[in-house]
Amino acid sequence: MTPVSWGWVVLLLPLAGTIGIALGWRALPGRSAGWLGSVTVGLSFLAGIGMYLTLEELPHEERRLVGSAFRYIGTDTVDVDLAILADPLSTFMVLVVSGVSFLIHVYSVSYLGSDRGYARFFAYLNFFVFSMLLLVLAANFVLLIVGWAFVGAASYLLISFWYRRDTATSAGIKAFVINVIGDVALVVAAFLILNELGTLDYLGAFEAVREVPHDEGVLVATCLLLLVGAFAKSGQIPLHTWLPDAMEGPTPVSALIHAATMVTAGVYLIARCHPLFERAPTAAAIGAVIGTLTLVFAATVALVATDLKRIIAYSTISQIGYMVLGVTAFAYSAGLFHLMTHAFFKALLFMGAGSVVSALGMTNESIDRMGGFRKAMPFTFVTFTIGAAALASFPLLSGFFSKDEVIAYALHRGGIYSVLGIVAYAAALLTAFYAFRMVFRVFFGEPVPEAQQLAEGELAHVGPRNPLTGEEEDTDVGFPGPEHHIAEHSWSMKAPMAVLAVLAVVGGVVAIPGLTHGVETFLEPTFAESEFIADKPAPADQLKDLAIGGVLALLGIAAAYLVYIRRPGLARSARERLRPVHSFFAHKWYFDELYDRAFVRPSRGLGRFGRTTVERVLVQGAIVGGATGVVRAGTALARSIQTGYLRAYALLLLAGVCALALYFLIASG
Amino acid sequence: MGIAWFVVLSAFIFCIGAAGVLTRRNPLVILLCLELMLNAGNLALIAFARASGNGDGQVFALIVMVVAACEVVIGLGLIVAMYRRKLPIDADQMSELRG
Repeated sequence: MTPVSWGWVVLLLPLAGTIGIALGWRALPGRSAGWLGSVTVGLSFLAGIGMYLTLEELPHEERRLVGSAFRYIGTDTVDVDLAILADPLSTFMVLVVSGVSFLIHVYSVSYLGSDRGYARFFAYLNFFVFSMLLLVLAANFVLLIVGWAFVGAASYLLISFWYRRDTATSAGIKAFVINVIGDVALVVAAFLILNELGTLDYLGAFEAVREVPHDEGVLVATCLLLLVGAFAKSGQIPLHTWLPDAMEGPTPVSALIHAATMVTAGVYLIARCHPLFERAPTAAAIGAVIGTLTLVFAATVALVATDLKRIIAYSTISQIGYMVLGVTAFAYSAGLFHLMTHAFFKALLFMGAGSVVSALGMTNESIDRMGGFRKAMPFTFVTFTIGAAALASFPLLSGFFSKDEVIAYALHRGGIYSVLGIVAYAAALLTAFYAFRMVFRVFFGEPVPEAQQLAEGELAHVGPRNPLTGEEEDTDVGFPGPEHHIAEHSWSMKAPMAVLAVLAVVGGVVAIPGLTHGVETFLEPTFAESEFIADKPAPADQLKDLAIGGVLALLGIAAAYLVYIRRPGLARSARERLRPVHSFFAHKWYFDELYDRAFVRPSRGLGRFGRTTVERVLVQGAIVGGATGVVRAGTALARSIQTGYLRAYALLLLAGVCALALYFLIASG
Repeated sequence: MGIAWFVVLSAFIFCIGAAGVLTRRNPLVILLCLELMLNAGNLALIAFARASGNGDGQVFALIVMVVAACEVVIGLGLIVAMYRRKLPIDADQMSELRG
């Protein structure tokens, strides 16, 4: 089989899963819907390995295969096939997406075990995996946009999965609205590409763009629009506000869609369109600046946020900022390497967080209410700490190699990029601090009552309640199920976490500077024509940057240890002293408030104006009232003729006949 | 005698009939006046037929008589129906079709 036919298998398996579960859920007893979903995604991962192996057998320059199913649109100017592209980049993304998705499916089998919407959840989740694979396998911009919109829809469906929670549905709407901004930008970008380069196929467009001069206006605009699309999907400033709210969805959704896979689609898009960005370095530099801004912003918010899942969400935003910095600094393999390791450790962190939140009876996500879970949840503690250490780029863990590679490339590119690299170092210090702030606050310190209870072997059980608002709920469909599951009690949660923990530890060995070049060598055919492919930092420089990164990580962890373990009062006194800064960070730099003032309230005011003024006065009054008024006046006239008196009718008739006769008399004379 | 005399007489009778229809309220009288109008028309038709020298107008007059007979049947039927339902025999009071 060729890589392309493996690619079709990869794509069709989750589609079959989602259709099978959606149509046959009545016939699927117990947890079989979940297992069916997991198996299809698992087989999809195996097909991805088949794709990888067959691709590796081909000579370097042939590792770029397009397989077309049929002509999708065929006109004079637009020719679009339903085609997939099998090259190292898409294979890489397929492996990451389907692999992590499989593990999270298995985790969800027990995590959502008692939920009344169990089969629906897996139908959605498989649909998401299908859409994401379509996004990464597409061979042209049209199919990319299809996949792009599908993952947005899947994200909406899964954020609002507990649809009777108002907070969840409004978070879903927010995510959808902001994603649509990106979709529109992407559609316009595709139009410009068609207009400028004459084709929507990746390979044709990338061939044609070489004729375009550097920094040509339309091309820069196209790249900026692509960036808007990427930023909306990847939660970068200024389109990031939906991502923290998306944590309203079930925790596996946060792990899969809003940490490991979908939100990294923007990074994939930039890497995929690298020939365009290399021709428009201005746009790439703007992207890098925004990525850096985002990574600093999100790290500062993660420092002070108290909701466990939202801390991890901000850390996701921050880490995607690193990836964006990587790919816009033309360090594609570094950015994608960080994408891969981030998928491992961030999915792991979310799984751990899900376990902890379950231990609290799913009623609270605030780290102020957590503490001392180390004894009660040893497995969760160990895996979560591994994830946090990888996030903090603790030396020799996966995040250590990938994050510092991104920074090393940024420093190597010089100019504005070296400034961005230094800023990214500063944020790395913050990252280490907030990662271990979570660990120390959740697992160390005085055990909370739930932790004590759990240590005695009993899972806390509190009435169902919305963790955000504290409202009473029930456990029927549209709400979380009655039972909660922690990793310690269920092997199907434990196994994926163990696998991810191992990957988070050893995932870095594929790209150790000066030793291994796994990612770089594998991805080389995709980026072979890049101007920057050979322009990489010397191994010695990279090792130096690695050392700096390691020292910063250790410093950050030590600071967190000092603040939260050794001198627990320090955090409060620092907060008192830096109150304005703290409140600025705690309000997420006032982005939500700003958008509320700038967009939400004016739109609401406009809506109210439309309802009270336009609708009542113009539509109801002038248009509807005017039309009925004309009809009413006409009928009143017609009615006034109908007197009901026979003699009046006779008179009218006679008068009419006389008038007619007179007319003809006069006319003939 | 010139045709003008016949036509003037016919118009005169027609006007009497029309005035009767417009002024009287008793449906029986209205019916009678209608007959007057029809017969005025007949008179004119026959006069014109004689003047033009063929029988076409006479045929029309015969048809008008048949129509008049039918009309009287229906009209009288209506009046009998009104009488049997104890409705007032007055055209002005039968004004339920007022818009």
